[in-house]
Amino acid sequence: MNDFLIKISLSLQTFKTHRLRSFLTALGIIIGVSTVIAILSLIEGLNRSVAEQIQSIGSDLVFLSKSPMVMAGPQNIEEIANRPDLTPDDAEAISQLPSVDIAIPEISQQLTKLSYRDKELASVRIIGSTENFSKVNNRFVESGRDFTRDDVTHRRSVCVIGSYVAKNIFPEGSPVGKELNVRGHRLKIIGVFREKGAFLGQSMDNMLVMPYTFFEKIFPQGESVIERAFFGYSVDIKPKSGQSEKTIDEVRELMRRRHGLSFDKKDDFELGTQQMLMEIYQNITRVGFIAIVAIAAISLVVGGIGIMNIMLVSVAERTREIGIRKAVGASNQNILSQFLVESVFLALIGGVIGIIFGLILAWLISVVSPLKASVSPWMVMLGFGFSAAVGIFFGIYPARRAAGLNPIEALRYE
Amino acid sequence: MKRDQVICRALDIRKTYWRGKVSVDALRGVTIDIKTNDYISIMGASGSGKSTLIHILSCLDTPTSGEYFLEDKLVSSYTDLELAKVRNTFFGFVFQSFSLLPRLTATENVALPLIYSAVNKKERVIKARKILENIGLGDRMNHRPNEMSGGECQRVAIARALINDPKVIFADEPTGNLDSKTGAEIMEIFDRLVEEGNTVVMVTHDSNVASHAKKIVRLKDGMIEDE
Repeated sequence: MNDFLIKISLSLQTFKTHRLRSFLTALGIIIGVSTVIAILSLIEGLNRSVAEQIQSIGSDLVFLSKSPMVMAGPQNIEEIANRPDLTPDDAEAISQLPSVDIAIPEISQQLTKLSYRDKELASVRIIGSTENFSKVNNRFVESGRDFTRDDVTHRRSVCVIGSYVAKNIFPEGSPVGKELNVRGHRLKIIGVFREKGAFLGQSMDNMLVMPYTFFEKIFPQGESVIERAFFGYSVDIKPKSGQSEKTIDEVRELMRRRHGLSFDKKDDFELGTQQMLMEIYQNITRVGFIAIVAIAAISLVVGGIGIMNIMLVSVAERTREIGIRKAVGASNQNILSQFLVESVFLALIGGVIGIIFGLILAWLISVVSPLKASVSPWMVMLGFGFSAAVGIFFGIYPARRAAGLNPIEALRYE
Repeated sequence: MKRDQVICRALDIRKTYWRGKVSVDALRGVTIDIKTNDYISIMGASGSGKSTLIHILSCLDTPTSGEYFLEDKLVSSYTDLELAKVRNTFFGFVFQSFSLLPRLTATENVALPLIYSAVNKKERVIKARKILENIGLGDRMNHRPNEMSGGECQRVAIARALINDPKVIFADEPTGNLDSKTGAEIMEIFDRLVEEGNTVVMVTHDSNVASHAKKIVRLKDGMIEDE
């Protein structure tokens, strides 16, 4: 143990005399490790909140939409735009299927501005749906009332708002009965949802639901390809308990029939479950994960080559020292471990600095962006382990070279 | 230990160096015994093979042929680890150019061999300081080689050679880098060591230095001329 400390203090001395050189050598490792740590913690944070979000949606819903839920790989947007739109009638037909409990149409507009007198709230998510929206989405109206079938059929300008909207526009007093202004239309608040929490750093309560019939009046369907492809109705389906597999089959069959697709044509709609959403998501992050491991491996190899290079220089520079040490009784093993400790130490210092940098980087990103970083102990261990492994792997050759020197030749070296 | 007991026995030692395709016979059959409390000077012109001989005797180098015994054990049968142990505890070596580690203090340099015999730090420092005091360097303990004179450096090197109580102390031109006055002081130390019962073998080309020894071995062209 004592010996080990001496080796470390010897290495420290070497680093002190060659400060810049040691720093530049460690830089490769620093960059590699900090990149890995930052990206890993961001992915982990993303994974965590997505998993939470998907679970918080609640029951095992089936989603029917015109465009894929997650764009994985190249997609022909033109093709998606030209698919038939989904309609509230589709939702109605689906709700008649034997395995289906409830099906609702849902249409939404992100980043919309709301105002009440002189108060404004930008970027609210506005949703159009039916009276069953809260039932399907596990939402509860806390004060006031939910809207009804009647409100939908009569295109009433009423809405239920999320708690975030309530708190921000009406810090005092009940919002129920007040009238909001959305794109020049007056919307009467009839209820407030119970708080649901945040996702990816964004509140899920920053929303407002109104009858889809009135939504269509405020937000007419756009004509651009993007709008046609992505901004239309989707259908949220709540199967009877334990029947989601059956629901998928029934909905597919029904929709193919409604769209008049012959057996050799592909689906012109997308069906998904929370489970599939989760799997798609995991696949994407897995690819990302592998890519990062590859990048990390490359940068660590580059860093390792730097260490090897410097260690070879160090061995050449200290040939005489090695000769002296061997002459007074150092074994090959002693010399080997001295140089190996040095390279491992160099790599570990790089690793520690890299970990710290990486954590700072992840923290900065999560401060300035909605991404949330999540750091696990295993990442720190990984960073540490990786750099130690690099130190050993790339240090062993120079160390063996030092250990194998003949004492007399080493002593003669100038 | 009994006087005149043979510590090292070298029989018909030969050493051939290869410089590319040309071979150089540095030693051509040298037979020599080192006995307890011997004080031997190996003399010869440069190229006579005296350095090669002392390197082989001190196990820093290996002969091309011939047998070398340490207390009746054949050195060629030693493993690397055993050879390291021999260099560490059995022999002490003093070099012409001192060969101290420049970054270490006098005390640390003297204590260096103890690191390799797994002595703990406290003991190492105590032992090193004691030897440094004995050799008259009590006020130089924390100096580094570049802060000391040549004579002081060579005394540190001698202290390092002594620290593990070696059976034989080898010295390769120990006064070669020193002025004559300092060289004489160093020789006094060797004389004293022999008086105290140590065994010293040194290489020199200076007959004044060699005259300190009780026995002079002259080498010429890799062979012993006379004893």
